[in-house]
Amino acid sequence: MSGDNILEVQNLKVDIPVTAGMLHPVRGVSFTVARGETLCIVGESGCGKSLTSLALMGLLPKTAIRTADRMDFLGQDIRDFKERRMAALRGVKMAMIFQEPMTSLNPAYTIGNQLMEVYRRHISKNGSEARARAIFLLEKVGISAAASRLSQYPHQLSGGLRQRVMIAMSLMCGPDLIIADEPTTALDVTIQAQILHLLAELQDEFEMGMILITHDLGVVARVADQVQVMYAGTTVEEGPCQAVFDNPLHPYTAGLLRCIPVPGKAKRGSKLGSVPGIVPNLVGDLQGCMFRNRCAHASSICETLSGEPTRIDDGHAFTCRLTPEEAAKTAAVQGVA
Amino acid sequence: MLVYALKRTFVAFLILIVVSGLTFSLSHLSTDPALTIGGENASDEDIEAIRILYGFDRPVYEQYFSWLGRALQGDFGESYHYKAPVVEMISGRIGTTMTLGVAAILFALIVSIPLGTVAAMRPNSLIDRFALLIAVLGQALPTFWFALMMIIVFGVWWRWLPISGNTTWAHFVMPTIALGYYATPALMRLTRAGMIEVLASDYIRTARAKGLSPTSILFKHALRNAIIPVVALAAVWFGFMLGGSIVIETIFNLKGIGWLSYDALLRSDLPVVQAIVLIFASFYVVLTLSADLLNAYLDPRISVR
Repeated sequence: MSGDNILEVQNLKVDIPVTAGMLHPVRGVSFTVARGETLCIVGESGCGKSLTSLALMGLLPKTAIRTADRMDFLGQDIRDFKERRMAALRGVKMAMIFQEPMTSLNPAYTIGNQLMEVYRRHISKNGSEARARAIFLLEKVGISAAASRLSQYPHQLSGGLRQRVMIAMSLMCGPDLIIADEPTTALDVTIQAQILHLLAELQDEFEMGMILITHDLGVVARVADQVQVMYAGTTVEEGPCQAVFDNPLHPYTAGLLRCIPVPGKAKRGSKLGSVPGIVPNLVGDLQGCMFRNRCAHASSICETLSGEPTRIDDGHAFTCRLTPEEAAKTAAVQGVA
Repeated sequence: MLVYALKRTFVAFLILIVVSGLTFSLSHLSTDPALTIGGENASDEDIEAIRILYGFDRPVYEQYFSWLGRALQGDFGESYHYKAPVVEMISGRIGTTMTLGVAAILFALIVSIPLGTVAAMRPNSLIDRFALLIAVLGQALPTFWFALMMIIVFGVWWRWLPISGNTTWAHFVMPTIALGYYATPALMRLTRAGMIEVLASDYIRTARAKGLSPTSILFKHALRNAIIPVVALAAVWFGFMLGGSIVIETIFNLKGIGWLSYDALLRSDLPVVQAIVLIFASFYVVLTLSADLLNAYLDPRISVR
C-alpha cells in the first residue's frame, strides 16, 4: 500500500446485540483513503454505510461491538484507542459532517460559539485566534458578512447555510480526513450542487482525504475518485469511479445505475429502472450472497458463496458468482432494458 | 428578547388584574361577611349596622375598586377576627414561609437534577433504579407521614434536630426535606426524560464528533437544553411551596402563611384570605414570568415563537 494512505481499514465489522439475536450491520468492509482522494461509499438505507463511518469515528452506540483486522489512521492503529484518545483525534485529525444540518447544531448557542469551541478545545485557548479562524472559514464556505454571523443562532440560518457552517466547523482544526455522511440529502437540489462543489474545492485546497457517504449515484459520479458499493453490510463492488461507472459488474451496481436517468439515453415515456425487493434482515448467522433474493442471476451457488471478491484490473473488484465477462454481459443487457 | 420580555410582562400584569377581581368577587359571593362578623347572636339591626360600617351596602364594583386602591398602597384592611391590620399579620409570617419555600425548592432541585442526569446517562443501571425508587417513594409517601417519621427518628430517637418552631436554621432542616422531597420525583423524572432525549439528539453527536470533553458535552451542550421543561415545572412547584405548606407548617409548628390562610378560611376572615390569595397569585405570576424569561435565555428560539 502506498505511503500516502491516511486511512487503511481491513475487514471492519460492527455487531449489535438485539433482542432477536446478533445484528450484523457491517460485515467485513475494507478500504483505504489517500491524501487528497475522495472515497464514495454508496448504498441504500440500511446497508451499513453510516455505521461504517461512525465506527471509524468511534461514535457507535455503546452496545455496538466493533472489530477489524486493521484500522490504521495516520500510521496509528486506532482499533484499541480508548474514548479519551479517540476524542483527541475527533475534530482535529478526522472530522465529520452529518446529514441533518437542521438538527446537528446546538440550538442554544451561537454558531460562533460552536465554531470556536472545537478550536479552543484542540488547538489553542486563544479566543481571538479562534475567532479569526472561524471568520476565515465562514468566508471560505461562502458565507457573506462572516463576522456578524458569529453571533447568530442556528435557527436564524437556512438549511444550506447551516450545512456550510457544519463544513466550516469540520475544518476548524485542519483535519486530514473528512467524513461526510449524506451531507446533501436534506438540502434542495440547487443547494446540493453548491455544497458538493464546495466540499470538492475545499478538499483540494486543504489536501484532505474524504469519505463521502451517499445513496445518490449522481453525487458519486461528480466527486468520487474511488467508489465502494455496499449492500447489506458488505462491499459488493469497488474500484476507481470511472471503471465502476463505465463497467459495472455486480448486478446490484448495474441495477443502481439503471435507476439514473441519463440525458439522451433514457427514452421519453419509458420507465426508469428500479431494484425490486428490500434489504434482507441482518440478524443471526448470515451465509452466501445477501443480494441473491433480489438478483435476476441468482443460482444455488449464491447461497454458499464466500465473500471473496473477484479482482480485475487496477483495483476494480466485485463479489459475485459471475465471472467478469458474464457480469459485464449481463450488466450491458440490463443497461439497455 | 426585549420585545418578548415586555410582551410577557404586560400579559403577566393583565393576569394579576383578573386574579384580583376574581379573588374579590368569589369571596364576596361565597358568604355574607356581615353575618360572619356579627356572630350567632347578632340581631338584624346589628347586622345592618355592620354592613354600613364595613361598606357592604355599597355596589360590589365600588367595594372592589376601593379595596384594590388600598391594596396597591399596601393596605389590605383589618382582620375581622383578630382586629389587627392584615399587612402586619402577613409580614410577621411571610419570612418563615419564604425561607421554607426557597430552601425546599433548592433542596428539590439539588437532589433531582443531578440524580435525573446520572439516571439518564445510564438508563436501567443500578443508579437509575435507585433514582426510580426515590421517585416512587416520594410520590407514594404522604408528606405528613414522612414528616412524622423524620420527627421520630431525627428528633425523638437521635435528638439531632429540633422538631418544632422556627428560631434557628436547624428548625428548618426537617420541614425543608419533607416539603422539598415532595417535589423531587416530578422534577427528577422530567430531568431524566429530557436528558435522555437530548443525549440522543443530533447536536450531541456533533459535539462528540468534535472531540469535546465529556464534561463539556454534558454540561454545556446537554443539560442546558434538557433543563428547559424542568425550569417551568420548578416555577410552578415553587409557587405551590410558597403557598401550600399548610401541612408542613402545622406539623412542625412553623407559624407561616400556610397556617394563617388555613386559620383565616375557617373563620371566614375575608380581608386576610383576599390578601393571601392576591399575594400568592402575584408570586405565581412573577415566578411563571421569570421561568419564561429564563427559558427564553436558555433557548433563544423561544422568544421568536
